[in-house]
Amino acid sequence: MNAVEMRGITKRFPGIVANDQVHLSVNQGEIHALLGENGAGKSTLMNILFGLYQPDEGEIFIREKPVKITGPTKAAALGIGMVHQHFMLVEPFTVTENIILGAEPTSRGCIDRHRAEREVREISEKYGLRVDPTARIRDISVGMQQRVEILKTLYRGAEVLIFDEPTAVLSPQEIDELMEIMENLVREGKTIIFITHKLKEIMRICDTVTVIRRGKTIGSTSVKGTSEQELASMMVGREVSFSVNKQESRPGKTVLKVQSLTVKDSRGVEAVRGLDLEVRAGEIVGLAGVDGNGQSELLEAITGLRKAHAGDILLNGEAITRLQPRAIARRGVGHIPEDRQKRGLVLDFSIGENMVLQTYDQTPFAKGFLLRYPEIFRHAKRLIEDFDVRTPDEQTHARALSGGNQQKAIIAREVDRDPDLLIAAQPTRGLDVGAIEFIHRRLVEQRDKGKAVLLMSLELDEILKLSDRIAVMYGGRIAGWLNPKTTNEEEIGLLMAGGKVGEEVAQG
Amino acid sequence: MLDVMANILQTTVLYSTPLVLAAMGGLFSERSGVVNIALEGLMTIGAFTAAVATLATGNPWLGLAAAMLSGVAFAWPHAAASIRFKADQVVSGVAINFLALGTSVYLVKHLYDSGQTPTVQETLKRMPIPGLDQIPVIGPSLFNAFPTTYIALVVSILSYIVLYRTPFGMRLRAVGEHPRAAETMGVNVVRMRYTAVLISGALAALGGAGLSIAIGSEFNQNTVAGQGFIALAALIFGKWHPFGALGAASFFGFAVALALMGQFFGLTQYVSSEVLNMLPYVLTILALAGFVGRAEAPAAIGKVYETDSR
Repeated sequence: MNAVEMRGITKRFPGIVANDQVHLSVNQGEIHALLGENGAGKSTLMNILFGLYQPDEGEIFIREKPVKITGPTKAAALGIGMVHQHFMLVEPFTVTENIILGAEPTSRGCIDRHRAEREVREISEKYGLRVDPTARIRDISVGMQQRVEILKTLYRGAEVLIFDEPTAVLSPQEIDELMEIMENLVREGKTIIFITHKLKEIMRICDTVTVIRRGKTIGSTSVKGTSEQELASMMVGREVSFSVNKQESRPGKTVLKVQSLTVKDSRGVEAVRGLDLEVRAGEIVGLAGVDGNGQSELLEAITGLRKAHAGDILLNGEAITRLQPRAIARRGVGHIPEDRQKRGLVLDFSIGENMVLQTYDQTPFAKGFLLRYPEIFRHAKRLIEDFDVRTPDEQTHARALSGGNQQKAIIAREVDRDPDLLIAAQPTRGLDVGAIEFIHRRLVEQRDKGKAVLLMSLELDEILKLSDRIAVMYGGRIAGWLNPKTTNEEEIGLLMAGGKVGEEVAQG
Repeated sequence: MLDVMANILQTTVLYSTPLVLAAMGGLFSERSGVVNIALEGLMTIGAFTAAVATLATGNPWLGLAAAMLSGVAFAWPHAAASIRFKADQVVSGVAINFLALGTSVYLVKHLYDSGQTPTVQETLKRMPIPGLDQIPVIGPSLFNAFPTTYIALVVSILSYIVLYRTPFGMRLRAVGEHPRAAETMGVNVVRMRYTAVLISGALAALGGAGLSIAIGSEFNQNTVAGQGFIALAALIFGKWHPFGALGAASFFGFAVALALMGQFFGLTQYVSSEVLNMLPYVLTILALAGFVGRAEAPAAIGKVYETDSR
């Protein structure tokens, strides 16, 4: 039986058709993947199913009966629940309060807290979703926040659960836990729609996959009968190469030298503890580690965004430890920051303005104290073309671009400044295979041009694929150096978890 | 000495009452995510309407009821502008303040051909609570107070219960923190915010009414004199919590009492009366300038909520 069927769904937004005659049919009790690039229209389709948007055309059937889903309340009544990508949680509220909001059990007009907490405990035990009902959202981990999101839907009796890119914000361990939860849910008779652009996850857990590209349904297939390669080309519309073509590195002189560096985090705790690191011209050093082991603070210290507590940072032999971020950037450090929307771009500036954030006061972009917009936009036009940034034009606000194109814009800006050292923090986070392929190629290109590249990533895949040497960070130090040609995910994982590895590669 | 304390306490209670009521009004609005800088204007229109209605009917209770209705009427445009038409909430609030002051001063001139209303004879009178009012020091101030004081206390406790114990209050606070989350849970964000702003108008106007038909007995353009802003400061100072706001409003009331009583007790020997009079306003500036409490503000405060947006 079909749990959900959507026929001929069309949804237009000003300027674009987000969904164009989309078809989706999901069987009862399966995990159905909805695969597509960023901006392909997956989230729009699911928001329609959840009642947040109204379709311009098309029909929806729930358990074979035609329905009109006028709002989230109606969706909940039909047994549809959504686990949102950006959690819909009220931070100062408790876990229980978030779960019962809008459907509160009461006694004599007041909320019955005890009953609510008991009910939350019961459901959480039934499905193996560990949460603390009385904890406040702002005090709990991202993984637990997601479990609260799932519980919200179950509390309302959801039979069909939509997961909107649920793994984007999770650590590898949390992803494993989530997969287990999803399998539990299906075993209890629930149906799951899993929105993603991560092929590995589909192969691992899904039964059926429907591919959407540029708002249109490309096709639907059983996961058993397909491969990552096939799905990728269905999604992108051309052959995608997974491996990175790169030649043997020819490392030259040392570009970045970090000596017994100590950095404190925002709470004043030492996040980096006496760390040493060297990156040479013409090599990519991969920085692996579980999130929160000091990687972010290390990169912030190198780029001048955070003060170093002790130790030295040398760029081409000169100390940059105490320089302003601006001075460091001018000396030849390019930075693709971890949070592209907070630190990489000014979202309400145009793409053109974003492309000159460091160089706006230099010729040809400025003359005297005036900006020369024709030059700024000409420059942006060239970069947009060279780096295939998909935007209506160079005057569009950065906010309007998809994540992948925002990232391409940042990379264009940083690479174009021709820095000796390029720091890339999670450069492909949340991006689809097409964009990932592009960004990987650009990073290797920089290396081949004789630049030093420091790559921080939580994705082991990416580290293994791109790096010439791998440094694993644990507890604010480099726990070990590994050679990507001879090591594997298990070995890196062991170091990441604080273990020891027999064979270590000598540094340098 | 006990006399002095009793006196200061009594004046504190007297001047806290309007602040407490207006602050509770602000609490509902701001907890739902709508900035309410219009408290000043809502108090003004409340004070005006109470005076006029009491003069006309001879019944101060009808004056209170009329004041609350006028508050709702003047809060409505603020709600419509900031919720439906997505205007800047601060600008809209400032507009309400001007509109309320302008309307009431104009109507006073029109009705009485004077800068102020005639003296209201049938004002609300102090209501002693038998027995309790005999307690030394606190008896005369707390238990021989104007009815508005008792109302203010009841409203504070009710505000706490409504906001923190009922589904309505939880939804209201959710709307002020994360409206989209509330909407996905089936809460009607727009209706919630309208309701909150209208409650806000009724309570602030009730506070204003106390100024013209309980503490005072007339309305002129200086009747409110910035107390709406002080109430807003008390709300922030009290971290957007009913009891916090109650405490903060009492503290501001104390500052007013100190300024007023300063002359009598010879405080002016040490500090000039001008400085004493500045005290409540200086405290207000400090609170409004964000030296306290900002971190506790409802997360979605002042932000327009767009449905069906990408």
